[in-house]
Amino acid sequence: MSDILAMGGYAAYVWPAYGVTVVLLGAAIAATLRAYARARARLAALEKP
Amino acid sequence: MASLFTFANPKRFMDLSAVMLPWLAGATAVTLGAGLVLGFLSPPDYQQGDTVKIMFLHVPAAWTAMMAYGLLAVSSLIGLVWRHPLADVAAKAIAPLGAIFTLLGLITGSLWGKPMWGAWWVWDARLTSFLLLLFLYLGYIALWNAFEDEVRAARAAAILALVGAVNLPIIEFSVDWWTTLHQGESIFRTGGPTISAVFLWPLGLTGLGYTLLFATLWTIRIRTEILERRVRSLLLEGAA
Repeated sequence: MSDILAMGGYAAYVWPAYGVTVVLLGAAIAATLRAYARARARLAALEKP
Repeated sequence: MASLFTFANPKRFMDLSAVMLPWLAGATAVTLGAGLVLGFLSPPDYQQGDTVKIMFLHVPAAWTAMMAYGLLAVSSLIGLVWRHPLADVAAKAIAPLGAIFTLLGLITGSLWGKPMWGAWWVWDARLTSFLLLLFLYLGYIALWNAFEDEVRAARAAAILALVGAVNLPIIEFSVDWWTTLHQGESIFRTGGPTISAVFLWPLGLTGLGYTLLFATLWTIRIRTEILERRVRSLLLEGAA
């Protein structure tokens, strides 16, 4: 377990690379889905007679 | 008749993309998941140690950022020349995604450069032209926001996108044209890839996964923009 955490001595570079990837891609997915849901809700509200 | 033509295409896109989206999202999850797991489990490189794992995050991000810009330029050209409304929407929907993948490429590259080159950043041709790619995306977004009128905004942004497309071959060939710290092409080269199969598989899968993730998010963003435009036209009708 500590072997994985240590990343052969490169933990300070490998883990932040995974971290920033998860955060930025996660943010892109979340923002895209949120905007989509909002647009659908707005249109549904307008199209209701 | 003209309005029929302009309306028919977004309509067809909405129908087609609704069918495709679940498949795109599923394929993204499978390829990205498998690629990241295989990459994580790959052995340390004999020269680079465990920093080779950063390759599976850096190369796909950089590749997707460049492919996205190519698509931005093509969409812009179609929008500019044929005034195709869906093309403008498609181009606009790319920019924020492209900017994020570019930023990821820059940050993961920096985290790889420090242990391997001894520097977070060097002002060489590959890195500088890639930084320019980020500014092109940001400039494109800023131009869109600078205009009230959608048609004028799309035209101005499309011209910037096309001028900026010159940067793509510069990024691609920078490692051949100039002396640089950044390594050259090691996958799509004559004579075949020069990297080991244990790294090539996860790299191919994450590359595909990033590409599919981009395609999925791009599709959703185009759908969002089409819905938003429908909302705006309904509001205008209501006000009239």
